[in-house]
Amino acid sequence: MITISEVSKWYGTFQALKRCSTEVAKGEVVVVCGPSGSGKSTLIKCVDGLEPFEQGRIIVDGVSVGDPRTRLPRLRARIGMVFQHFELFPHLTVIRNLTLAQIKVLGRAKEEAIAKGMRLLDRVDLGDHAHKYPGELSGGQQQRVAIARALAMDPIAMLFDEPTSALDPEMINEVLDVMVALAKDGMTMMVVTHEMGFARQVAHRVLFMDKGEIVEDAPTAAFFDRPHSERARAFLSKILQH
Amino acid sequence: MFGRFDFDVIARSLPYLFYDGMTFTLTLTALATMGGIALGTLLAMMRLSRSVPLSVLAATYVNLMRAVPLVLMIFWFYFLMPYIGQWVVGAAQPVRVGAFASSVVTFMLFEAAYFSEIMRAGIQSIPRGQVAAALALGMNYPTAMAYIVLPQAFRNMIPVLLTQTIILFQDTSLVYVLSITDFLGAASKVAQRDGRLVEMYLFAALVYFIVSLAASQGVRVIERRTAIVR
Repeated sequence: MITISEVSKWYGTFQALKRCSTEVAKGEVVVVCGPSGSGKSTLIKCVDGLEPFEQGRIIVDGVSVGDPRTRLPRLRARIGMVFQHFELFPHLTVIRNLTLAQIKVLGRAKEEAIAKGMRLLDRVDLGDHAHKYPGELSGGQQQRVAIARALAMDPIAMLFDEPTSALDPEMINEVLDVMVALAKDGMTMMVVTHEMGFARQVAHRVLFMDKGEIVEDAPTAAFFDRPHSERARAFLSKILQH
Repeated sequence: MFGRFDFDVIARSLPYLFYDGMTFTLTLTALATMGGIALGTLLAMMRLSRSVPLSVLAATYVNLMRAVPLVLMIFWFYFLMPYIGQWVVGAAQPVRVGAFASSVVTFMLFEAAYFSEIMRAGIQSIPRGQVAAALALGMNYPTAMAYIVLPQAFRNMIPVLLTQTIILFQDTSLVYVLSITDFLGAASKVAQRDGRLVEMYLFAALVYFIVSLAASQGVRVIERRTAIVR
């Protein structure tokens, strides 16, 4: 579904990604972890074509992301993206947030888009909040709306960029529950997160990144039990201390 | 000391002052505001675009407009427009452009420079993540601009835009130099006809003051209502 091969990216002279290669198969859940500044977010933003990259190839469902001939809006409409800071549209109601792209991008009829939006809001348990504005919701609720908004486009894969990092601790689980349910439904997912419990529970594979490199790419159990690089061991011991 | 003044002249000329004068002033203000905001938004987007020629063109326009006194612009346009029109249409004679059309165009072009700076600040105040989110949903750049960025920018900037409109309302009195009957022009004509300069100019000042004050109080109310909860 997603093939990343030998991708390198620079910000000026700083190399943010160094020859990154990996693959995400259909229905697979891959967690990307690593210290901050290691290039995790940059990598998944490249997959969605939100960040350009200078070298290598990323193929999503047969479409080359870096090819200048690729119509990026068309590709992005098929990939769901969830951001660290939710990025709901504050001037639109929750339901308008869910229907705008369905109508303007997919060309769905308004009634159809609203019906779809309401179904998804119910699925993330926020059916009662459809006519509120994002600012009236808690962080956890906003992130669930953001997930529903991405799902409304019927994506073939979902990308999560640290979806729980900006949340208060008591709100993290309500978002993770939605993501676990999604994973169990067979959604193809690439998740940048520090939530190792989530990784253990649903990830098929874990990527560990450091300084722009994919240092480790292993099945979940193998990653947690026998990380073979020193850097991954150090990271895990820090993050799993408590 | 007011015994020698004749304030009755105001009452006698009220219909002329408001029906002819104020109508013109408000029409000019409204047209110049709408045209100015539309053109100004376009200029702001050009200025912020990645295309260097577009950006330089918009910046030059804005700086040029802001460096010239408005009265001079009004004069220039009034006397030049017929010739520009002639050149554009290719007519043998200078095209007849009325004082009204000429002043509307002048104010639109002039105010666009100021409105564009306001809209530029408004667009820049929208977090980059909003554009990223819109693009991630498959919107193209114009759609993201039209439905996500500009509505928020516009809403954030409503108080400043309205304040600029109040300034514009006062500035329209400069069309006086073209002998147009705007509110001040009407007052001035009555003043000179009846030799009642003090009364008429006092009254004109009072009306501008009241309208502007009431409008800026209105802006405060609107400011509180339109704030977007984040």
